Amino acid sequence: MADPVIEIHDPEHDVASAAITESRAARVMLMAVAFAFLAVFLVLPLVIVFQQAFAKGVAAYFTVLGDRDTVSAIRLTLLVAAISVPLNVVFGLAAAWAIAKFEFKGKAFLTTLIDLPFSVSPVISGLVYVLLFGAQSALGPWLKAHGVEILFAVPGIVLATVFVTFPFVARELIPLMQEQGTGDEEAALSLGANGWQTFRYVTLPNIKWGLLYGVLLCNARAMGEFGAVSVVSGHIRGQTNTMPLHVEILYNEYNAVGAFAVASLLAGLALVTLVLKTVLEMRYGAEIAATRGH
Amino acid sequence: MEVRVENVRKEFDRFPALHDVSLDIRSGELIALLGPSGSGKTTLLRLIAGLERPTRGKILFGEEDASLKSIQERNVGFVFQHYALFRHMTVADNIGFGLKVRPGATRPPAAEIRRRASELLDLVQLSGLEKRYPAQLSGGQRQRVALARAMAIEPAVLLLDEPFGALDAQVRRELRRWLRDIHDTTGHTTVFVTHDQEEALELADRVVVMSQGRIEQVGSADEVYDEPNSPFVYGFIGDSSSLPAKVEDGQVWIADRPIGLSAQGAPAGPATLFFRPHDVELLDGCGGCIAGTVVNSRRVAETRRVELEIGGQRQWVEIELPIDHPAAQKSRVAFRPRKWKLFPQSTG
Repeated sequence: MADPVIEIHDPEHDVASAAITESRAARVMLMAVAFAFLAVFLVLPLVIVFQQAFAKGVAAYFTVLGDRDTVSAIRLTLLVAAISVPLNVVFGLAAAWAIAKFEFKGKAFLTTLIDLPFSVSPVISGLVYVLLFGAQSALGPWLKAHGVEILFAVPGIVLATVFVTFPFVARELIPLMQEQGTGDEEAALSLGANGWQTFRYVTLPNIKWGLLYGVLLCNARAMGEFGAVSVVSGHIRGQTNTMPLHVEILYNEYNAVGAFAVASLLAGLALVTLVLKTVLEMRYGAEIAATRGH
Repeated sequence: MEVRVENVRKEFDRFPALHDVSLDIRSGELIALLGPSGSGKTTLLRLIAGLERPTRGKILFGEEDASLKSIQERNVGFVFQHYALFRHMTVADNIGFGLKVRPGATRPPAAEIRRRASELLDLVQLSGLEKRYPAQLSGGQRQRVALARAMAIEPAVLLLDEPFGALDAQVRRELRRWLRDIHDTTGHTTVFVTHDQEEALELADRVVVMSQGRIEQVGSADEVYDEPNSPFVYGFIGDSSSLPAKVEDGQVWIADRPIGLSAQGAPAGPATLFFRPHDVELLDGCGGCIAGTVVNSRRVAETRRVELEIGGQRQWVEIELPIDHPAAQKSRVAFRPRKWKLFPQSTG
């Protein structure tokens, strides 16, 4: 490791040196292409969502949002996120800890397994739960006999969401923890700290920005997940409809204002996530760089 | 605290890193584990600390078997090669960490912890830097903070892994003297790992020379330099030259000629002759000496280092001559080592 004496990351001085800079025309071209692409594929749809949502005025927008089924969908989405995000924080931390700090057999396999939800289509993940807990499955009759509802109920939606959002926290933490190594933890242990104190005072502060970023992404996906949830939810209005499912139902009923109003909330969530992330990076940029590098 | 390492073996995935190592460290001693990379010196240090568990053997702190204790219970001060300072904590919090995490009954109050931290900062000559973060310190300053942090828990033993490895030469020399002073002031039993022989010889009371998972020799700087007990130690500590030789009729022979060195008591047969390049006697004529053709000559500080090709066997040795010595101008040089050592071929 080099010895970075008083080296605080300063993004403003990271600009490429003159020697590797393209000609002015090329630079303008590249930037134009990038911005045009972003405008067409990201900004434009976002604008249209809000434009459609407010197409019949502000009053109509809020009427739709006040609708009983819509409120229920929002509530369910928040509930699902509130359960699955903490679960995945715990799972993600445990998995990242195991992979980054220990050597064991099957480590590569575990790493691949963590990526599985990314590589499997969400619809398939939903289908797996149907096959596992459905009426025709081995577990189905037993569950029915004991009055446990998983499919077409909140537990199924939570399970599907947990599955789909599992990699976000772990993926964010593994490279970070691997890079940081075990030196700090060993130091804490040698100074007499127990396992919990080591985690609380040393590991957690070292990974907090990565963890927060993982949580933001995990939350955004948990609230926005469509495919897997769609398969297991059963689309019962007012009961098992999450926001993305509700958007689809409204849209299929030619209720454009309703569909886009709910969609605007999800889009709003994405924007808030982005702003939060940017603010964090601006305010704690130096600290984030210090805990990441070094 | 006295530390005893008894017949310790350590394997990583069945690959042995230490074979049956035993070592007695006296109370208050400053001892260096010296060896090339892969010699097992860091593994031995980590075993003493409790960061690793021995595959076989015991480690005793005083009369107590420390092998049964966890690292937390051993109460050792460990200074890591890259310091492992907690980057999100100030210097004062880093130093106070070991006191802060003590269980309620033995934990000093916060004000007392702060006072201890300041005291230790004074000791390591960094007074006034309590509020700094590790990223705002130079390498040498970080090293001192790491040492202060390790000493804050009043350790039974102080263990340092390549303490000056990441620092530049100037700072190294300064810190070396400073570490010696600190050791003499505090009297901690101290073990440090280094691959730098100058550091080990200058700083330590005793040097433990290690190679390939074994201890080759334990002794003072004088002992390991003047009385190396194996070809490895002779070659590793200080400059050395060696030549294949044989013992016959109580004489040392090189390339079918006796070279005027008596080998009374040495077993007859092939051997390797070791000597220091600067400790040779230059001769004019050659009736019983080592003679060779100059193939290379370099000026190094106040001496001239000359490489010689000996005999027809293309053996090269290096000797050192005074800068203005006439022999340096010649194409053939004859000499005889003043101090030397023979190792029978089987071990060298």
